[in-house]
Amino acid sequence: MEKVLTRYIQPDGVPLDARAYERAGGYESVRKALRMAPKDVTETVKQSNLRGRGGAGFPTGMKWSFVPTGPNAPRPKYLCANADEMEPGTFKDRLLLESAPHQLIEGMILAAYAIAADVAYIFIRGEYILAIERLQKALAEAYEAGYLGKNIQGSAFSLEMYVHASGGRYMCGEETGLLNALEGKRANPRTKPPFPQVSGLFGKPTIVQNVETLSNLPHIINNGPEWFKKLSKSEDSGTKLYGVSGKVKQPGLWELPMGTTIRELLEEHAGGMREGLAFRGVLPGGASTDFLTAEHLDVKMDFGGVQKAGSRLGTGTMIVLDDRTCPVGMVRNLEHFFAQESCGWCTPCWSGLSWSEQLLTSIEEGRGKPDDLEKLEFICKFCAPGNTFCALAPGAVEPLQSALKYFREDFGRHIQAQHCPWR
Amino acid sequence: MTKIFVENQAYEVEDGQSLLHACLSLGFNLPYFCWHPALGSVGACRQCAVKQFRDEKDTRGRLVMSCMTPAIEGTRISIADAEAVAFRKGVVEGLMLNHPHDCPVCDEGGQCHLQDMTVMTGHDYRRTIYPKRTFRNQNLGPLLNHEMNRCIQCYRCVRYYREYAGGTDLDAFRLRNVVYFGRHEDGTLQNEFAGNLDEICPTGVFTDKTVKRHYTRKWDLQYAPSVCVHCGLGCNISPGERYGTLRRIVNRYNGEVNGYFLCDRGRFGYEFVNSPKRMRQPLLLKDGKPQPVAKARAMEHLASVLRGNKKVIGIGSPRASLESNFALRALVGPERFYSGLSNAGQRLTAAALEILRHGPARSPSLRQIEQADAVLVLGEDVTNVAPRMALALRQSVRQQPMRAADQLKIPHWLDHAVRELAQDQKGPLYIATPAATRLDDVATETYRAAPDNIARLGFAVARALGASAPEVSGLSEAERALAARIAEALKSAERPLVVSGTSMNSEAVLQAAANVARALFAAGRTASLSLAAPECNTLGVALLGGGSLTEAFKAVKSGSADTVVILENDLYRRAPAQEVEEFLSCVRHVVVLDSLATPTVEKAELALPAGTFAESDGTLVSSEGRAQRFFEVYVPGGDIQSSWRWLREIMLGAGQREAAAWQNLDDVVASIASAIPELAGVAQAAPSASFRIAGAKVPRAPHRYSGRTAMLANIAVSEPKPPEDPDSPLSFTMEGSPDQPPSPLIPFFWSPGWNSIQSLNKFQEEIAGPLRGGDPGVRLIEPPTGANGSYFTDVPNSFEPKAGQWLLVPLYHIFGTDELSCLAPAITELSPEPYVMLNPEDASALQVAEGVEVTVTVGGATHRLRIRIAPGIAKGLAGLPAGILPLEGAGLPAWSGISRA
Ligand SMILES: Cc1cc2nc3c(=O)[nH]c(=O)nc-3n(C[C@H](O)[C@H](O)[C@H](O)COP(=O)(O)O)c2cc1C
Ligand code: SF4
Ligand code: SF4
Ligand code: SF4
Ligand code: FES
Repeated sequence: MEKVLTRYIQPDGVPLDARAYERAGGYESVRKALRMAPKDVTETVKQSNLRGRGGAGFPTGMKWSFVPTGPNAPRPKYLCANADEMEPGTFKDRLLLESAPHQLIEGMILAAYAIAADVAYIFIRGEYILAIERLQKALAEAYEAGYLGKNIQGSAFSLEMYVHASGGRYMCGEETGLLNALEGKRANPRTKPPFPQVSGLFGKPTIVQNVETLSNLPHIINNGPEWFKKLSKSEDSGTKLYGVSGKVKQPGLWELPMGTTIRELLEEHAGGMREGLAFRGVLPGGASTDFLTAEHLDVKMDFGGVQKAGSRLGTGTMIVLDDRTCPVGMVRNLEHFFAQESCGWCTPCWSGLSWSEQLLTSIEEGRGKPDDLEKLEFICKFCAPGNTFCALAPGAVEPLQSALKYFREDFGRHIQAQHCPWR
Repeated sequence: MTKIFVENQAYEVEDGQSLLHACLSLGFNLPYFCWHPALGSVGACRQCAVKQFRDEKDTRGRLVMSCMTPAIEGTRISIADAEAVAFRKGVVEGLMLNHPHDCPVCDEGGQCHLQDMTVMTGHDYRRTIYPKRTFRNQNLGPLLNHEMNRCIQCYRCVRYYREYAGGTDLDAFRLRNVVYFGRHEDGTLQNEFAGNLDEICPTGVFTDKTVKRHYTRKWDLQYAPSVCVHCGLGCNISPGERYGTLRRIVNRYNGEVNGYFLCDRGRFGYEFVNSPKRMRQPLLLKDGKPQPVAKARAMEHLASVLRGNKKVIGIGSPRASLESNFALRALVGPERFYSGLSNAGQRLTAAALEILRHGPARSPSLRQIEQADAVLVLGEDVTNVAPRMALALRQSVRQQPMRAADQLKIPHWLDHAVRELAQDQKGPLYIATPAATRLDDVATETYRAAPDNIARLGFAVARALGASAPEVSGLSEAERALAARIAEALKSAERPLVVSGTSMNSEAVLQAAANVARALFAAGRTASLSLAAPECNTLGVALLGGGSLTEAFKAVKSGSADTVVILENDLYRRAPAQEVEEFLSCVRHVVVLDSLATPTVEKAELALPAGTFAESDGTLVSSEGRAQRFFEVYVPGGDIQSSWRWLREIMLGAGQREAAAWQNLDDVVASIASAIPELAGVAQAAPSASFRIAGAKVPRAPHRYSGRTAMLANIAVSEPKPPEDPDSPLSFTMEGSPDQPPSPLIPFFWSPGWNSIQSLNKFQEEIAGPLRGGDPGVRLIEPPTGANGSYFTDVPNSFEPKAGQWLLVPLYHIFGTDELSCLAPAITELSPEPYVMLNPEDASALQVAEGVEVTVTVGGATHRLRIRIAPGIAKGLAGLPAGILPLEGAGLPAWSGISRA
């Protein structure tokens, strides 16, 4: 398979410096794009059918087309790379940030050019210290080489770019929470509409885009939309960084064609389950997606495929559950995380998720009551999409609601026996 | 208007408002927490969910938050939908998981929105068994309690405090279900409108601390519609009484005036009514000491002093009602009636009244001030002089930035979306004052100068707006440029406003303000002009017309008068002590009517105990020119009664039979209307005493008022007959009509199922709109508006600092300047010590540091005061706190040297 996103990544993971990156073909797309009209860049991305890799899968080119353009458009306009990556089990952007920072910067220049952004921020998870160092170095090199700053490569286009390390909350990765955090405010999400494309950072038109999404852009511009579509094994184009964690033989991260099946990932790339362990289920797209089980192993990991099976592609980084791990304990851990990360804005989330954690803890510790499952089901419905202000809570209850569906017996055994059968 | 469907029934509602707003306006019961009519929608609590359907065919529908969804043509919703009902019930369950359920010991109990909404949604059984989260409470100062365990995380407090009121020292900390709403550390909340948190918070987290010392449930208080007496704005209030003491003040919504909010002076100043300084019996001077005497003895004495006495004068008061002032005027005759304002106050109020009467501009209501889209403040420290207006101005600075929201079709009620778009854009608001003000943080630019230069700036703005306004010579380049910027900002606005007033004791400032308004009309703009007045009836007493204090003093000196009747006025606050002493010692008979034993009362031959606003009826005229009626909350003990009733008895005792016709308040009001045509409207301020709803009076007490038959059982077991009220259509019990009274007669807000203050939803024609039948009060003055008429031309000369001398200017304090509220212990605690404020450069020239004691001579008296250094005050000026002892009668501005004590 053709390497795309990982093309510039060296075996030791140390990123190429600007010179080496250029020699390897880097920043070529910038020169090409600067000769194109911004709207043609948007059009190319639209045609490529690139969908966001941050979790929601929104078509990238279409998102850009909502940004007001022309001489009367509000200025400055902003671009934000979402490098917050705090979802449990998700570690894909980290690879791109640590090992291919110039590719991200190149992609950001393209996106900024398309929407005529004046300022760009890389909003990065605070714990990604190595990535922050490498990004800062790459940024300095890019300025030095004339890819950032005033009149990029002699064109009329100028762009300032900054790295902003997050204070560290899962909510800061939600795109409007991110904007509030960048403004120095509480990372509560914002009302939509108005969407950030018209009123975003500091009230100005803004695009927030995932690191992986942005890193695809140079290749799309260089090679064209048709090439990009053909990379995939499915209707969703391009390649995807897929991750597998859990008790598999070789947990890891691989760039593979979009639409690779769960089975292939699990068995071929992750080497199957560890000795003596059997597969029970998987959260296919990260911690905030519904469990799938053995019957779904041939599901294609693309947006439509996973959705049809009853879950979400999410970030494409799966967490595998084995038969020696207590599903109640696993879900309790996840709900502990989500309850703790609730921004505290809307009632179903801040109240419901904490309650679910209390219930799951008491079930796990052998104090569960028969009607606790009803209460957990109530909380799942309580936090359903539309009932909460943002997508954190609906995502948070996805593993819970599907665990109640697929592992209900296990919950029941906890309550009946008044202790955890796995302990 | 647009058509929406609720439960498949068509309704006409205003286009584009939120569905919650529309449903509440239609009278539906739909629960909510985070939404507030003054704060708009943010979608946090999820309590207001309804089912929305795409069209008639859609049977599944989806839950939406009614507060976040606009009512547009054809919107179809169901409130009663089973899923929506269950969800709303679930939200309350979620909120209650950690709530302590301590209603019996919670000050909010019985007036709690959380209780109401819990009952409304039908949640009655809590399924959780786990420990609740708990918090540490803070000491937030003398005004508010803090009990964080009761918090339901609706965010109203911080939204109100920070975003609406501009406070900075209250915030939301932490996240998930442990968000903490408090200060960064214990300490008094700094915002002047913090008290509204008591009503904003839908639970018992923030409650009125002053009430705690004499706590009574909402349903056990007796109320009356009343008007705040602590500044000139006339905010409407509902005071509550039990066992003969005033227990609390809550806001009484008036859409044109105070809306949903009061200032802290108005909310917490009430305790002067219960002050130990109250006079409860007549006092007669005997052997050089005031001695309590029986009322009959006092009246006999008075009759002997007044009968046939042709040398009586009366001194009225800007803090007494129109009726009481009028009765005094009737007792002594119009030409022997003096307004009781200080000399400067008299001059300035007359000048302001002239401007209000003859134009060029109309005085706006507070609601209109909120909607002004460019503002110039000349001379007023608004937050400290007319506090509620400052809160209105804080909203006005959002008007222009909000226009960007219209372009993006963001409705104004979508609060955070609008704020995120507008960010820090504010104004234009220009503030010209001698020292820093609490509105500076939202000002476009500020100008710090002496009163004369403030006036000159105003004149220059007028000139920049129109060439026919008088020229101002000798302006600095910076001043000229500033005037040009202000003129441009005002001219490009749709609803420009000029705010000024009498605080600087400068006619020139007032005239400059009028000129700006006139020039704006000449430039084709409909300007409004708001002139702040210091006291609750300053304008009222000015409308009655009376001589100045100097003239009163002269009348005695010249021998044409030897007896003075002083109405609710402490002369020591109106003139330098020396002059007052001299006057009081020249006069043969001093008769004083007042509620408090003031220094003037101490000098009285006879003093009579007058009712405070809580114990009397009457009318006050606000600085807007709005006449508003206040009613007796309870019948006071002892001989206390309304001053006008005392004066009626005095007139009868002195043989003035015309007073016999004054059987009740309406009769006095009728006399006022016929004597002074300009005040004819006063009669319409409220329905007359004979008004009835289906034959019944309006009850002052809620129908759940408890203990009525028992509360006096320690004195006599049979329940006494409730007092009669000849002066109003209100009864002194819970008996009377259960129906909503006309707006001027609403004693308290309550509606079935709505026990909290938010029951007022049920009293409004439309949510946040006027009360049913129109907001209370009658505007008395409607000037001709426009550019016709002539400009004031007396442009003062530029202020010249004098070596070794400072121009002493008055600085005002929301807590401290007002005479009455200062006697409330919570306010006393917050009032400043007297000081003299200097610019750092002046202080270093004088070689004085902060806190150093200096002497200042003003009004013939020398005072030792401590230095305060503030960069905000203009050079060459020294600020003294107005109204604060011992400086209360000082006639400022005045020049003085300052020397180390
Ligand atoms: C609670 C929460 C956390 C999120 N965290 C991230 C994140 O760390 N990185 C990210 O790219 N997107 C994250 N998202 C998704 C973003 O809101 C947004 O959809 C995404 O950044 C858009 O970029 P894309 O279109 O390129 O995917 C998160 C969403 C939610 C609800
Ligand atoms: S669902 Fe609600 S409480 Fe949870 S993170 Fe989103 S806005 Fe905050
Ligand atoms: S303190 Fe009151 S107003 Fe503030 S969030 Fe809690 S319940 Fe709401
Ligand atoms: S602004 Fe004036 S009238 Fe209103 S509450 Fe405050 S003191 Fe009373
Ligand atoms: S009132 Fe609608 S979400 Fe709170």
